[in-house]
Formats: sequence, C-alpha cells, structure tokens
Amino acid sequence: MTKKSQSIISKLCSCSAVLGMLLIWQLAAQGGLVDAFLLPSPVQVIKAFITELPILTAHSVVTLSEAFIGLAFGILLGFIMAVMMDRFDVLCQAFYPLVVLTQTVPTVAIAPLLVLWFGYEMTPKIILIVITTFFPITIGLLTGFRSADPDAVSLLKAMGAGQAQIFFYIKLPGAMSQFFSGLRISASYAVVGAVISEWLGGFGGLGVYMTRVKKAFSFDKMFAVIFLISAISLLLMNGVEILQKLCMPWDRDSRKK
Amino acid sequence: MTALKVENITKSFDGQTIIRHVSLTLKDGELVSLLGVSGGGKTTLFNIIAGLSQPDEGKIFLDGHDITGKPGQISYMLQKDLLLPYRTTLDNVALPLLIQGMPKAKARLQASEYFAQFGLEGTQKKYPSQLSGGMRQRAALLRTYLFSEKVALLDEPFSALDMLTKSAVHDWYLQVMETIHLSTLFVTHDIEEAILLSDRIYLLTGTPGSVTKEIRIEEPRPRKREFSLSERFLDYKRQILMHLEKAQA
Repeated sequence: MTKKSQSIISKLCSCSAVLGMLLIWQLAAQGGLVDAFLLPSPVQVIKAFITELPILTAHSVVTLSEAFIGLAFGILLGFIMAVMMDRFDVLCQAFYPLVVLTQTVPTVAIAPLLVLWFGYEMTPKIILIVITTFFPITIGLLTGFRSADPDAVSLLKAMGAGQAQIFFYIKLPGAMSQFFSGLRISASYAVVGAVISEWLGGFGGLGVYMTRVKKAFSFDKMFAVIFLISAISLLLMNGVEILQKLCMPWDRDSRKK
Repeated sequence: MTALKVENITKSFDGQTIIRHVSLTLKDGELVSLLGVSGGGKTTLFNIIAGLSQPDEGKIFLDGHDITGKPGQISYMLQKDLLLPYRTTLDNVALPLLIQGMPKAKARLQASEYFAQFGLEGTQKKYPSQLSGGMRQRAALLRTYLFSEKVALLDEPFSALDMLTKSAVHDWYLQVMETIHLSTLFVTHDIEEAILLSDRIYLLTGTPGSVTKEIRIEEPRPRKREFSLSERFLDYKRQILMHLEKAQA
C-alpha cells in the first residue's frame, strides 16, 4: 500500500468517526432521549449558526484581532527571552523557573485582575494572550538553540565566525522546527485566551457573545459559537503548518525522500 | 616553502599530558599524514592547529605568521561532513566566503565555479539530505578548500564511508589534488590510506603522544590505485606496522 492511500484511509476513518458521533447525537436529540432545550440537535446548531452568521462574523473579527496582536507580541517576547537566555546562562538560570511559574497560574484566575487593572478595552486581553503564548515559543526556540551541533559551531568558529554569524547560520535555522511546534500550540492558546478574557468583560468578541447567549439560555447558539472557536483554532494551526512548509523547504524535501 | 609549522606543542588536560613536544612541518602543496592510534592525541593536536584551543607550550605558524590560538586561519574537515541541513549544497559550500564578509551573489558565483571540478555538478540546489555520503564529503572538502587555498586540515575525513565508496573517493581525491595543490595535513588511523595519499607520514605514538618517526613515500605522482597492491606499498606498510608495534611494547 502506498503512503498516499494509507493517509486517505486514515482520513476516512477519522471523518466517519466524527460523522457517526454527530449522527448518534442527532438521533438522541430527535428521539427525545435528552431534552431539546438542554442539548440542541446538530441540525438546530447549524440552523442557529446560519441565522447568527453576521453577528458571529463581527464578533470573530474582534476576537481574531486580539488573538493576532497578542500572538505577535507573544512571539516577539518569546523570541527575545529565548535569545537572551541562550546567550547568557545567568539569565537562563534566573528566569527559567519564573517562566515555568507563569504557566502554572490559571488564566481564568488572573483575567479578572487584569480587567480590574487595565479596564474593559483590548489591553488586558492582549496581556493575557501574551502571557499564555510566549511560553511555547520561548521553550521551543531555546531547545532548538541548545540542540545546535557543537561540532558545527566549532567549525564555524575555526572559519572565523563571530557569535552573531553562528546564531544566524546555525542556531536560528536549526531551531525552526521547534519554533513552529511551539507556534502551533501558541496559535490555539491565543484564540482560547482571547475568549476567556472576553468572558470577564468587554464590548465585543466571541467570549462576550458566549456569555450573552448563555444568560439567554440559547444553547443552540452556544454550541454554534463553540464549534466556531474550534474551527478557528484548527484553521490557525493549519495555517502555521503551511507557513512552516514555506519557511522550511529543506524539511519538505527530506520528507519526500 | 613551509606552509604550516607546528613547533614543540605540549598539551595537558586535568594534569594528564596528552601530547608532548610535537613538531611537524607541511610544505606548499604537500600532503602529510599524521598517523596514530585512536585516542592518541590526534584530535587534541588538531584543535590546537585549528586555533580552537591553546597549547600549554609551543607555537603554530602559518606562512611564517604566529597563529597560535587564533581561529579563522585554517579550516578543517571531519569524518562528520557538518553540512548544514537547511542550506543547499551551494550555500553550504559558500559559507566560509559569507563568513569572511563576501556578498551573497559573489560568494555563490565563486563557489559554483568549482562544482564541476569537485564532481558536484547538478547538486547546487539540492539539500545535503538528498546527497550520497561520498557527495557530501566532496562538498565538505570543497567548503574547506574555499575557506583557504593554503592549508587544510582533514581529520579522518573518509573513515565513515564504506570500503568501495572510500576507494572511489581516494581515486577522486588523488585526481583533484593534482589540479588544486592544496597543502594538506591529513589525520588518520588508516595505514593504507596514509600510504596511498601522502608525501610524508608522521607516526604519533605513546602516551603522551609524540612524533616518533617520519616516513617519506617516494612513489611518484600521479598515483593510481594499483600502487596499493604493489610490493613497494607493502614495504611501507610493514615498516609502519613494525614501528607501531615496537612503540606499543
């Protein structure tokens, strides 16, 4: 069996599993197994999604712009931290535990504080996203920098390369695949982080919409927005994968072989 | 003229002397081998010549200039080809020129001029993972050559290749050396390789390692592989083996 047909079969398997689940759900809702008010059927959810589409689109724009701005700052911060921690061992020893600590703080817990400090505008939301997204980037890049082949570094030194040249010729390109693994995680964190921060107050965004429909007990709309958020996260992660393929042509070629 | 002069090098690690009073010379266009058992201090000496570590005693001269402990003067090639997987062959080979500050376009142009001579035509845009082991070693050698046409250090460059590939690479190497006249210090533990390729062989023996014998291989160039099956070749081999055995005892 060729690789291609294998991948088609595995895709068929996962697709039919999802479709099967949806079918069971639909039948359970239609057959009156669960109260339609508590658990709307997939068809109802799709209907809600279609009628709400203009509103959902407007809210998505808010959430996505928060996520992108936050992610951009998260990448920047993650990159700077990784470079500094790689270059100066003292900084690594000092900040590594602190960086890990930031990840043990539940986002839901600090979000209200951020709202109190920075208000209902975008600032607290972006800060929250930066806090959640920089970590996978820092760790990914740092691991990548550290995995540089010491023999290759020695060779470049013998050729007269300085620290900056060693960084740009060896460390940075060598860390790309770890960077993209981190970015894939960060991209999904960014969307979730934006939604969580919107729960606690704001004027727009999918999180705000979510709290509204929850208060109105419109569970069909609730499910519609949940699926939309998942879809956005998946799309972003796919986007990162495409970006990775574009940025790392050597990887693509070696996989082909 | 003397290209490289290694004068009286001594180096210890943690109070243990690895090499003691090692001296050798490499003349222009000459290929000299340093032959010794593994762990005999070859790599230590190698790092000192490349400027990556400082000797406790002694000096290294390149074209009469003291380069002791100064990297950026002599490039080297190892058993591991160390081609960067994310650069195309052309960009890998051009790397030393880029490090020296040459603009990218010019470095690529200069590097590509040698691709045919090194049997690498058609590989410019390929990544190292797409090349065979022999090809990769050739590319690594070209990179070494582009760093400096004066002196190259080769540390067991072909020892990871299988026997057939290795002898093909040896043939190719002898042929390329006829045209580029690169002064080469060749570190190896392979006696036959040393005899086949070298003008002179230094034997590094004992602990701490020191040069205990120098052998001149009088076979004229261009050399062919048949030399390795001749009586003369066996005589050299016998001479070296006897010396190594005596040094071990």
